Amino acid sequence: MLKLPIYLDYSATTPVDPRVAEKMIPYLVEKFGNPASRSHAFGWEAEAAVEEARAEVAKLVNADPKEIIWTSGATESNNLAIKGAAHFYSSKGKHLITVKTEHKAVLDTCRELEREGFEVTYLDVMENGLVDLEAFKAALRPDTIVVSVMFVNNEIGVIQPIAEIGEICRAKGIIFHVDAAQATGKVEVDLEKLKVDLMSFSAHKTYGPKGIGALYVRRKPRVRLEAQMHGGGHERGFRSGTLPTHQIVGMGEAFRIAREEMGEENERIRTLRDRLLKGLTDIEHVYINGDLEHRIPHNLNISFAYVEGESMMMAIKDLAVSSGSACTSASLEPSYVLRALGRDDELAHSSIRFTIGRFNTEEEIDYAIRLLHEKIGKLRELSPLWEMVQEGVDLNTVQWAAH
Amino acid sequence: MAYSEKVLDHYEHPRNVGSFGKEEEGIATGMVGAPACGDVMKLQIKVGKDGVIEDAKFKTYGCGSAIASSSLVTEWVKGKTLDQALEIKNTQIAEELALPPVKIHCSILAEDAIKAAVADYKKKHGE
Amino acid sequence: MQLPVYFDHNATTPIDHAVLEAMLPWLDTRFGNPSSRHEYGRAARRAVDEARAQVAEAVGAHATEVVFTSGGSEANNLFIKGAAACLAPGVLAVSAIEHPCVLNPARQLVKRGWNLQMLPVDEEGRVDPARFARLLEQKPKLISVMLANNETGVLQDVIGLADLAASMPGGARAWFHSDAVQALGKMPLDFRALNARGVHALTLSAHKIGGPKGAGALVLDKRVEIEPLIAGGGHERGLRSGTENVAAIVGFATACALAVRRREKMATELALLRDRLEAGLREIGATVFGDRAPRLPNTIYFALPNLDGETLVTQLDRSGFAVASGAACSSANPEPSHVLQAMSVGAGLARGAVRISLGPGNTAKQVDEFLLVVKSLVSKLLSLTAIAV
Repeated sequence: MLKLPIYLDYSATTPVDPRVAEKMIPYLVEKFGNPASRSHAFGWEAEAAVEEARAEVAKLVNADPKEIIWTSGATESNNLAIKGAAHFYSSKGKHLITVKTEHKAVLDTCRELEREGFEVTYLDVMENGLVDLEAFKAALRPDTIVVSVMFVNNEIGVIQPIAEIGEICRAKGIIFHVDAAQATGKVEVDLEKLKVDLMSFSAHKTYGPKGIGALYVRRKPRVRLEAQMHGGGHERGFRSGTLPTHQIVGMGEAFRIAREEMGEENERIRTLRDRLLKGLTDIEHVYINGDLEHRIPHNLNISFAYVEGESMMMAIKDLAVSSGSACTSASLEPSYVLRALGRDDELAHSSIRFTIGRFNTEEEIDYAIRLLHEKIGKLRELSPLWEMVQEGVDLNTVQWAAH
Repeated sequence: MAYSEKVLDHYEHPRNVGSFGKEEEGIATGMVGAPACGDVMKLQIKVGKDGVIEDAKFKTYGCGSAIASSSLVTEWVKGKTLDQALEIKNTQIAEELALPPVKIHCSILAEDAIKAAVADYKKKHGE
Repeated sequence: MQLPVYFDHNATTPIDHAVLEAMLPWLDTRFGNPSSRHEYGRAARRAVDEARAQVAEAVGAHATEVVFTSGGSEANNLFIKGAAACLAPGVLAVSAIEHPCVLNPARQLVKRGWNLQMLPVDEEGRVDPARFARLLEQKPKLISVMLANNETGVLQDVIGLADLAASMPGGARAWFHSDAVQALGKMPLDFRALNARGVHALTLSAHKIGGPKGAGALVLDKRVEIEPLIAGGGHERGLRSGTENVAAIVGFATACALAVRRREKMATELALLRDRLEAGLREIGATVFGDRAPRLPNTIYFALPNLDGETLVTQLDRSGFAVASGAACSSANPEPSHVLQAMSVGAGLARGAVRISLGPGNTAKQVDEFLLVVKSLVSKLLSLTAIAV
């Protein structure tokens, strides 16, 4: 029997893998010590667990454990990386570059820096959602100090040319930050090769718990940051606050599983995604958002023309999917990511993000395909726009009564 | 978004969906909203010789509340004269469907659709 | 192997069984992101809303006054830096015995043009009202005085100080914040009452009251304008972005509700144990810091003459007792406690400082065993010292 609703929103958050939960629980119960307690075994035991997890996180991305700083999540990591680097290097310059399709955690942080007197260039993306390297090079200035580009986009799943951007930044001595919240366990991340200085990670997008993340801070060449949270001097002064041992242990285990299983898992997920894609592209007037080549296998973002997004979500409530990113889906604004691709508002409104994950089955995908065929058909029957298109009216020539 | 029972009922079982044939007598059409705003409502009325609305049909591109609002007004306008139809206010629609504040614009759009359909009828019939 | 006896509840606490039970579903089947609009998300949103109401109720606040954070340190940083960011730089007054996560953000503000004034304490570790009143003549814009100190357990007369601050010369006004991390669950806490007397914000933490690490809150009077520390997504009314740590928040709320329900009984029981322990320590010549001031019922901060605290703590660990020398966060720091320095305790005695903080799992038997162990350790260590000399 299928359990409804079917969860196809793994980019919003993932369930904690049962193996991860099992590993976490002892650190909530008998191994409850504060890792900062240096005077007794409870503290040492917790500290050892924290360090073991740090090594696991480092291993997934081929970094040194000393380069990993714990935070409360990728949002905090992004804030710490961008504000911390901008403040530290502000005597060298006041210009930053980021991309219009970044997560709000990056965009809002950049806005905050603008209010403090920094200048930020928000790069457009190409129609496929990727950064245009030529446009990027053209945006660089002598006073550019920080560049922030996400590894994998949360809405459309496209993979940005991180290696290329890294080379350019390194050659110019610019700090390069990458939000990799959506990348871990989905694409190979090798920080020995990539010229990335700062990288944000999240546990809860990779089958770990919410409330924990990490920031990679390169040691060679050394990258400096101004701390954003001050106190007891935890995490070598980069981030104060009691370390949540159980969550850290969970993130370590989640990243260990990701490292060991991602190869096989991604192929299985790709098969499911391609099945979904094939099942939906025989519906007329559907548009894939974002490049299909440079994309994680987990993501499919499709616009169903002439169907309104919210009523579509209502119609397919047996599928737990998202329209727009999780953080903005409470508002009725069309997704700014899709707008940045040049999608018009109607198509942005009628987009669905399917993100497939570890626990999805073929049966679930087939159910989703059937349901979408039926409901899209029903809503188009109801849609005056669909009727006009069937009659051969070009909607762009219609004078709409504004309201 | 929590929808009221009445919205859900109209959404699941919309009344009077469709369009009248172009050749039919006494047809007028009101089309309001814009795709960019996320809702377009097309309300058609069929007016008898006595000036009473005999039938109504709609098609709506929009959220559940927009669909419910337009479905509801097709029921309400039937049997009313044009002037009576014009008395239908968005507040009545919002109240009937228990629309939350963020969805009030759907009821306004439905009221506008009635006005537009009536205006279209009057224009066609030289009033 | 028998687990050591845990006497370090001011550092962190074991999680209550009911708290774990409440949390587990949110790690397992109910894993949604509260910002998602589907049923997984809405269920998580409801859980966060309910938790917010529970935390608010536990401390006499309104749900809309509770801003969830990753813990006490973040809440203190959020208030100090966040409130300062909305004000023109001026005088900032914090007590000299605050936790480092108040002191260090306060020091950061000096770089932004703030004039940091440390409020001195007396030998018992209490902020002196006369000195405080004098400082008010400088019209501070921000004040932070903790309700209960993590090392000594000494309570501050926060209401008295807030009353003074509320009647500042020339009608000047300060935002008054109090770190209530150690107070929560150990003494009555009523934000409405505090707020009525001019306390505008409280910091809370889950893991000091039988809740999980990774959750805390800033309880904030809505008249106080603050800038977020963490931007992006606009969670927590824009004051703290980032996906909510649902399981930990639910655990925090459950722990709050339990702590409030059990507080009176627990306080009475712990005070009896504390008194028993303290009497025994005095017999062997211990100095108890802050013992003439009102204190939390669970905390004893003491030193034995001529005995190094680190050494005693290490020996106690080997004998099966987990205690602390100085605050958990600064345990790595060999400097004598800033709290004891502020209390004008001599460096020699301060180096001997050991903190015992009791919790609901502790028993009279453990206390008696502990006293026996301390006595034998003392004679052993002192004889070693004597030989060495």
